Amino acid sequence: MTTQRTSGRRKQALAAAAVVAGLLTTAACGGGDSDGSKNGAAGFDAANNKVAQASLAKKGGTLKFGGAQDADSWDTTRGYYGFAWNFMRYYSRQLVTNKTSAGADGAKVTPDLATGLAKITDGGKTYTYTLRDGVTWEDGKPITSKDVKYGIERVWAQDVLSGGPTYLKDFLDPDGKYQGPYKDKSADHLGLKAIDTPDDKTIVFHLPKANADFEEVLALTSASPVRQDKDTKAKYTLHPFSSGPYKFASYSPGKDLTLVRNDAWKQSSDPVRKAYPDKITVKFFSNANDLDQRLINGDIDLDLNQTGMSPQGRTVALKQHKGNLDNPVSGYIRYAVFPQSVKPFDNVHCRNAVIYGADHVSLQTARGGPVAGGDIGTNMLPPSVPGAEGQKYDPFQIAGANKNGNAAKAKEELKACGKADGFSTTIAVRNNKPVEVATAQSLQASLAKVGIKAEIDQYDGSQTPGIIGSPSNVKKKGYGIIIMGWGPDFPTVQGFGLPLWDSKYISQSGNNNYALIKDKKIDGLFDQYVNTLDAGKKTEIATEINHKVMEGGYYLPFTFEKFINWRSDRLANVYTTDAYSGMYDFVNLGLKSSK
Amino acid sequence: MTELSKTGAAVSEPVGTSPAPTSFLEVRDLKVHFPTDDGLVKSVDGLSFKLEKGKTLGIVGESGSGKSVTSLGIMGLHTAGQYGRRKAQISGEIWLDGTELLSADPDHVRKLRGRQMAMIFQDPLSALHPYYTIGAQIVEAYRIHHKVDKKTARKRAIEMLDRVGIPQPDKRVDSYPHEFSGGMRQRAMIAMSLVNNPELLIADEPTTALDVTVQAQILDLMRDLQKEFGSAVIIITHDLGVVAELADDILVMYGGRCVERGPAEKVFYEPRHPYTWGLLGSMPRLDREQQERLIPVKGSPPSLINVPSGCAFNPRCPYADLPKDNITRTIRPELAEVSTRHWAACHLTQEQRERIWTEEIAPKL
Amino acid sequence: MLAYLIRRLFAAAVMLVVIIMVVFGIFFLVPKWAGVDIATSFVGKQADPAAVQAVREKLGLSDPIFIQVWEFFKGIFVGRTYSGGGDVTHCAAPCFGYSFRSEQAVWPVLTDRFPVTLGLALGAAVLWLVLGVAAGVLSALKRGSLWDRGAMVVALSGVSLPIYFTGLLALAIFSYGLKWIDGQYVPLSESVGGWFGGMILPWITLAFLYAAMYARITRATMLEILGEDYIRTARAKGLTEQVVIGKHAMRSTMTPILTMLGMDLGALIGGAILTETTFSLPGLGQAVLNAIKNQDLPIILGVTLITSVAVLIANLVVDVLYAVIDPRVRLS
Repeated sequence: MTTQRTSGRRKQALAAAAVVAGLLTTAACGGGDSDGSKNGAAGFDAANNKVAQASLAKKGGTLKFGGAQDADSWDTTRGYYGFAWNFMRYYSRQLVTNKTSAGADGAKVTPDLATGLAKITDGGKTYTYTLRDGVTWEDGKPITSKDVKYGIERVWAQDVLSGGPTYLKDFLDPDGKYQGPYKDKSADHLGLKAIDTPDDKTIVFHLPKANADFEEVLALTSASPVRQDKDTKAKYTLHPFSSGPYKFASYSPGKDLTLVRNDAWKQSSDPVRKAYPDKITVKFFSNANDLDQRLINGDIDLDLNQTGMSPQGRTVALKQHKGNLDNPVSGYIRYAVFPQSVKPFDNVHCRNAVIYGADHVSLQTARGGPVAGGDIGTNMLPPSVPGAEGQKYDPFQIAGANKNGNAAKAKEELKACGKADGFSTTIAVRNNKPVEVATAQSLQASLAKVGIKAEIDQYDGSQTPGIIGSPSNVKKKGYGIIIMGWGPDFPTVQGFGLPLWDSKYISQSGNNNYALIKDKKIDGLFDQYVNTLDAGKKTEIATEINHKVMEGGYYLPFTFEKFINWRSDRLANVYTTDAYSGMYDFVNLGLKSSK
Repeated sequence: MTELSKTGAAVSEPVGTSPAPTSFLEVRDLKVHFPTDDGLVKSVDGLSFKLEKGKTLGIVGESGSGKSVTSLGIMGLHTAGQYGRRKAQISGEIWLDGTELLSADPDHVRKLRGRQMAMIFQDPLSALHPYYTIGAQIVEAYRIHHKVDKKTARKRAIEMLDRVGIPQPDKRVDSYPHEFSGGMRQRAMIAMSLVNNPELLIADEPTTALDVTVQAQILDLMRDLQKEFGSAVIIITHDLGVVAELADDILVMYGGRCVERGPAEKVFYEPRHPYTWGLLGSMPRLDREQQERLIPVKGSPPSLINVPSGCAFNPRCPYADLPKDNITRTIRPELAEVSTRHWAACHLTQEQRERIWTEEIAPKL
Repeated sequence: MLAYLIRRLFAAAVMLVVIIMVVFGIFFLVPKWAGVDIATSFVGKQADPAAVQAVREKLGLSDPIFIQVWEFFKGIFVGRTYSGGGDVTHCAAPCFGYSFRSEQAVWPVLTDRFPVTLGLALGAAVLWLVLGVAAGVLSALKRGSLWDRGAMVVALSGVSLPIYFTGLLALAIFSYGLKWIDGQYVPLSESVGGWFGGMILPWITLAFLYAAMYARITRATMLEILGEDYIRTARAKGLTEQVVIGKHAMRSTMTPILTMLGMDLGALIGGAILTETTFSLPGLGQAVLNAIKNQDLPIILGVTLITSVAVLIANLVVDVLYAVIDPRVRLS
């Protein structure tokens, strides 16, 4: 014992020395946990697209989350962070939700409050659901179809409840005729014409135009029911009224959040949620390294934000606790995009020149390498989205022959563009994302070799929508190359690519179609997609849209992002799901011990 | 000066290393050296004198002559509170009322400080603690050596302030030093020094920081107090005028050593050292014209690290070339009795000095 | 004295208004000059024009700064009413508004987080005062010794090393490594021991930095004071060395130390941003850092106001205290 302690201390001293040396790695604790055992970690990638230790989950215990960032909002209408949607399932239910299964199957939609999936009639324009018996609010009162309607109506109150996804509004009332429940003059504030509630159990949606992803959108938490008498409007985020198995016990934004069992919730009414733990706590850390160390030490079970460990924590964890890690695909694509308003990027050959000139391996390294960064991205459809082909579709040979850059081809394209001697441009990159700055520098270096002189402009990252989301500002600043990343709101081509590629989504503020793509073919394919109900056909269209985007040379993909996530030894029934872009599915996590 | 001639025994001949002196204060071959980066600074280099109770000794010299260092040496303040710095090297003997201070237990010496021997400093503004009232500082001085309560001590403080001539002492006792005028501060300082009826009082330039009229008042006060308390007093000054009024005996220091010593009237009227002549020449006197009055001693005080060989005064002495064989620059003159109880250290012959004094110096004064 | 206080308080009030105006200015004008519409950063990925417009109204982007400052101070003293999108909220005094992000009222956030910061600042202050002054005095008394040189090297490193370095080092060694201390914040109301365990590393880390500064100042001041004539006088009175150092020299040495302490505490009350961030302490500093990241103006304003008030009060207290300590100082 004594000797062991001494050696432990010596280890500490060494670790401290390492810190002094500037590595600032957190000290390695001398824990020798035996991987793979029942009480230990399940093993590397054991929960990636499969369920780990499902049978070990017991009822009870306190599940401990830690996070470096609080949700943008816990209001089901207002949250937009993926982890928030994931977490909201603890205290909110929807008509339909994503399946609680691993990987691609988790992206499928399954009934929740509703007795079954929608009865779709009228050529895909009418969706009818019936509510289950025994579904209740946290005060025991039944959840009615009117509560669902009211919850959905809140999306229209963007003037009070901004921030969340607005697909429901776009699909049900694209012209914005309804003013939202707060300005609704009708007595019950249920004036939205597109939704009927003939009785408390039935809800009927009337879409002005069919949309093949409507049910996917209803599976978003923004379609959760909200009870009118409990709607505290802007302050709903501080204490949402629960329809799920857990309810808010206490919440101090940026400090901590505690959920406890909602005793009014009945397991029999809920085919989706297992509700293993008794209590769920979230503690917010302002120091990401500290958070990682707490994970490694076992003080915290998992990262609420699910964005991967920080480089220091990752290094330690990969070396010593590999069995606690999963390395899933995040659903994000990291890329550079070329606004066509900035010359010479109006010319496809100049865009192609950049794609060919870039050193893709170096870009991947800048993102963190194959494990922490991800596979080299070869096209613009995330592998988790139906219709994606992954690295099999590689029109620019990005992961193939040209992976280290093809200067000859780039010069050829420059000549075709009329810029045989190259040109000058500016790379715009967020200043608060060091990894993105590193990719910008990598790109700058490889472009210099083909005669393209790129300056890097690091702009205030907190102002992203105002700076690169303003096409006039982009043109004024001459941002020919913008470094960004994007993940799907829901796993379809529409949920990922519509705001990026459809010309209708070009807007003067908060624009996401940075490339300013105005391609009638792409617009047409999206129109066709929303009218297609057949899953196989939808997939085909998704593939085709991806091809059209790549052929336009608007994007230089860097990586199909992967990240390293930690799961503690205590966790059971752990799996990643495509519904939430490779995150662990929070709602059915269990603990191996009820202590 | 009349008292002086009555007893006339404040100073006796230089002493050897015989033990147990009979004088109240006797300093024997005192050396105070300070090691520095540049070398050893011999601030006091072999000083001896005696002082009896009720008598006043004036120690005179330029700044850097070693007079203040001597007084601090007697008080034991070279060793107390010397932290980390290179410590002063002190040798010799200091006998106070039968106790040899340099070899005594430092804590015993501390107990004598303020009680048996007290000191008045040059600048009462900086020598008094700015954050404590005059009263508190006197009370503190009293209560270190007297086990009395604060009330009694305060009464004593007011009594002392009254005694040194501070008006409304019961009110002024609660004033802070900065609320006093310069003269008042020095009176308060004196009150503080005398609060324990010390038998030896050392006044280091007690009037230098004060203007002329106040100087006179303070000197009067000290004279009165000495009569009353019967203490032995050492007054240290660069100003012969100050000691002229107070001292029974005068000791002139130059370069860390005594160059002339004797009863005050002898030193004033029959000085036998060229440096003393210089001091007398630079003494301001009210009965002389401004332009004639000051004859400064030319040149600057000697380095105490590289003391000039021979007579330390030789570089500044106008008569250095008179003695034969250049001995002023090679051999250090010893103190020699020039008349009864009057010593001087000079290579000039008695006759030369008498002649120079009566013919060249005295008429100009 | 009273006239002095009134004058000082009036000046402080003017100062506060100016500070708040500057914060408003930075928040609203700087992005405007940069050509950025800050409203867009509040509406999420799908920018709905109605939402952008509503945010503009909610942030009062259309009102002149003077009006906004007026409304802000009015809210603090008499409360204010917010309306927008059919939603009317009355916010009773003292009303610091609602967070743009989390929608919570700012005043409870401030009162909730203030004790954390106060506990951090005071606990650290006790530590650094004791350690710093003791080390400084010892160094002064043993000037040139091995102890002195060693202490001053440590002090120099304490002054030069950033909190996030020493903080992480402390965490790495004592919390993650040796596991002596958990190092996670626990409110005092929940567990005294837990609170202590959570605060001890932040205290040590913060105190290390300040103790280093205080040791250096104490040493220099003490050395200067030891050369003063009145210290010699104190010895000449026959005082023991303990009294000379402990009373006479310390009294003078403490004057600049107390001035520094007042200023440092005032500044720390506004939030020890680095310390709180490193140790994830839910204090004002952490709140303001997050608020700056999130452009959450009401929180920024609230914390700025508290900080400014704390610094101004600290200034005033130091000045008054100075007059108490040093009788030569007159308040005028």
